[in-house]
Amino acid sequence: MPADGLKPVVRFDHVSVSFDGTQALKDVSFEVPEGEARIILGAASSGKTVLLKTAIGLVRPDSGSVYLLGKDITRMSEREMFEVRSKVGMLFQESALFDSLTIEENVAYPLLNHKAIQCPAEDVERRVKEALHFVELDQTLARFPSELSGGMRRRAAIARAVVTGPPLLLYDSPTAGLDPITAHTIMALVIKERDLSNTTTLIVTHRYQDGLLMANFRYNPDNGQLVPARENGHRPQLRTRFIVMREGQLVFEGTEPELEAVNDPYISKFRKQGGG
Amino acid sequence: MTMQLARALAQWGQQGQVGTAVAITLVRELGPALTALLVAGRNSSGIASELGSMKVTEQIDAMRALGTDPIQKLVTPRLIATCVMLPLLTIIADFVGLFGGYLIAANLVDVPGSVYWSTAWRALVWMDVAQGLLKPFVFAFVVSLIGCYYGLRATGGTQGVGRATTQAVVMASVLIFVLTVFLTRIFTSHLVSSS
Repeated sequence: MPADGLKPVVRFDHVSVSFDGTQALKDVSFEVPEGEARIILGAASSGKTVLLKTAIGLVRPDSGSVYLLGKDITRMSEREMFEVRSKVGMLFQESALFDSLTIEENVAYPLLNHKAIQCPAEDVERRVKEALHFVELDQTLARFPSELSGGMRRRAAIARAVVTGPPLLLYDSPTAGLDPITAHTIMALVIKERDLSNTTTLIVTHRYQDGLLMANFRYNPDNGQLVPARENGHRPQLRTRFIVMREGQLVFEGTEPELEAVNDPYISKFRKQGGG
Repeated sequence: MTMQLARALAQWGQQGQVGTAVAITLVRELGPALTALLVAGRNSSGIASELGSMKVTEQIDAMRALGTDPIQKLVTPRLIATCVMLPLLTIIADFVGLFGGYLIAANLVDVPGSVYWSTAWRALVWMDVAQGLLKPFVFAFVVSLIGCYYGLRATGGTQGVGRATTQAVVMASVLIFVLTVFLTRIFTSHLVSSS
């Protein structure tokens, strides 16, 4: 239990995962208390995506335990896992929208298929429209994913992740492969969702600037813009911490100032990339 | 087949029995096996490539994350559809094959149509029909499940999808050949023991 008494929403306890003899995660331990955000940085093949998939039970650990929303999911059956997963939204790296379904059907999918959610049929359309309005894609209901640009697909996937109002959101490289303006729009949506719904957030990224945005900006509902969270020159209390992964190992966990102070060449690579 | 068998049967003056040979070979063996091979080429590959594409673009993971069992949602409907359609396609293939045999018999090997049809009809017993329908039912499991298996195991992007598709067709075709031997053996031993 963290010092401030908040319940951990996600907890990894000495988790190791391997595929075909290659260790993807090595003895990883950390926890994310309610309402906090973790920015998971790391080079390619450092285990970031595996970590996220392990957190939601899509990948089973070889050893150690994973606790999600207070439940040990390590040995849960797939059927038992469905109920826990209904409280988690996930954005996949390539959006993972279903090609054969329209955007409306894609966003409605978790409402109609999660048995634990039990959304009344008459509410589905309203909630889908609200979710698409949230990501500013009101006009795309009848379109197919292949008809949208990469950024729009990412936004539709965010709508699908948030439509159930989950207390925990996992984002796998939300800005990967996008131009800087679209990447900023996506991060603005992530921050908007965090601030309006007070969700716990895990973001996997290789872009340090995504983490800086999360740590230093908040959503202003009055003008719909991101504004600096600093007030009177003081650092904000946004409870965003950074995790750095390297070859499956967690090599750093701390706040932005702590990350800035580290001299390790691997970690400082990410700072340089972010312009820090 | 009709032309080849007619030539062989003519050596013993039994050219009129060509309908018998064609009916037994088609209904028991060639109809189920050739139809299954054609469907394997079309459907095992189609299933493997579709599910493989879903796998490498994380749509299968997304399905699991969104509360759906991919086996129930993707595999079961494909299995049921193939189990229904493959026996029906085999029946059509048998009739088309028999009709093709009739055209050849009547026009090229001088066997009257009435003789061809009566010998073909008399040659078949219920066990032949049962064998001809049970085989495609078993092959339907092979065609659909092999496609699903390789599709859901695909890794490595588009190259992996291509590899999964090829493996599915090869494996399904080989299994059809192997299983048809075992099934024929089971049926023929049953016929021998019951006679």
